[in-house]
Amino acid sequence: MPWTRDQMAARAARELRDGYYVNLGIGIPTLVANHVPPGMSIQLQSENGMLGMGPFPWEGEEDADLINAGKQTITTLPTTSFFDSAASFGMIRGGHIQLSMLGALQVSEKGDLANWAVPGKMIKGIGGAMDLVAGVGRVVVIMEHTAKGETKVVRECSLPLTGTGVVNMIVTDLCVFEVGPDGLTLVDLAPDTTLDDVRANTEADFLVALQ
Amino acid sequence: MSVRKIHSSARAALADVLRDDMTIMSGGFGLCGIPAALIDAVLESGVRGLTIISNNPGTEGMGLGKLFKTRQVRKLVCSYAGENAEFARQYMAGEVEVEFNPQGTLAERIRAGGAGIPAFYTRTGVGTVIAEGKPLAEFDGKLYVQERGLKADLAIVHAWKADTEGNLVYRMTARNFNPMMASAGALTVAEVEELVEPGGIDPDHIVTPGIFVDRLVLLDNVDKQIEQRTVRRRAAVVEE
Repeated sequence: MPWTRDQMAARAARELRDGYYVNLGIGIPTLVANHVPPGMSIQLQSENGMLGMGPFPWEGEEDADLINAGKQTITTLPTTSFFDSAASFGMIRGGHIQLSMLGALQVSEKGDLANWAVPGKMIKGIGGAMDLVAGVGRVVVIMEHTAKGETKVVRECSLPLTGTGVVNMIVTDLCVFEVGPDGLTLVDLAPDTTLDDVRANTEADFLVALQ
Repeated sequence: MSVRKIHSSARAALADVLRDDMTIMSGGFGLCGIPAALIDAVLESGVRGLTIISNNPGTEGMGLGKLFKTRQVRKLVCSYAGENAEFARQYMAGEVEVEFNPQGTLAERIRAGGAGIPAFYTRTGVGTVIAEGKPLAEFDGKLYVQERGLKADLAIVHAWKADTEGNLVYRMTARNFNPMMASAGALTVAEVEELVEPGGIDPDHIVTPGIFVDRLVLLDNVDKQIEQRTVRRRAAVVEE
């Protein structure tokens, strides 16, 4: 059984550490916020200009001036601070955020990331992804292992790059890879998923060191 | 009390400024913190051939999206443009020119423009199409790409509160690009929800000092839009 989106988020949440400042991208990465272990202090950064992001508001308490980077209504916490976009990306580029989790179209065995453009399709833009992967110390990609039958874990990205050699870990619905100087290492498997399942769905070479 | 910066309406504040082919910076992130009344005044003026610098092009028929409907925009400098179908159509048809920037690079380019810095180096975009054709330099063993500062003929921004001197305070995430843009416009016009006498804002709380703000408009009604209304249902409390 492959992991569900929520189970992928739960697995990725095991990478959180007490005291981390974390930026979560749109989609499955957003779900990681639901899996912060009790007692662990994590501050979520939203790159539109907020640290200490709270949960969605109660019905009727939405405020148009209080949104996250996905333009969703959110709330404050007692720890919240607000700042402008230049300060926000100063935090990101300056290495003050410990962990970034985001989605991807392709990841290569060298840790190259493609997540913003598909040739021939409407390019929606870049957003904060290029700054995040350039500036954040540890980058975890959370994505489906394949799209339309094609693997997303590749030898070389064929799509336009977001960054080169920037990804540290890949969490998919099938497994978890660490990305290191020697390429990919398989460190975790979804329940009832075999090494052969992963091999059949992965173009990149990888070592195996299940933990 | 000085009232020299205060104008009676968005239209009055922009009347002698707007012209064809000018470059306008417009604050906001999505529809949050956008200068909606000032955008409407640009719309009504009918000026064309505009270069717009903004994180996003609004949504269809909202915010800057209105200026795409009327084809007043020649070029957009932005970070993300996924939420405006009419803009997408013009872009795919080659009717509007687009320059995509990484969001942090866009923010820093505007900050630099306002701070008298013509160019800077960043890691962001190195090894991608963003760095193509731009000077690269190595610092401390790492490769960086040069990006240029950005300025505009006009910056239009939205703030929560101003005093008559033009000192501005923003509200929550509606701050976003507004403070940098206020500093990077040859002329900056701010629309505000509340206008107070000098001394009405604690000087320690002022985010944009009035030196960056040339004109002020007090909004008589503020229409704010939510793009993605996400909530927790009250019933969930009972279940807990």
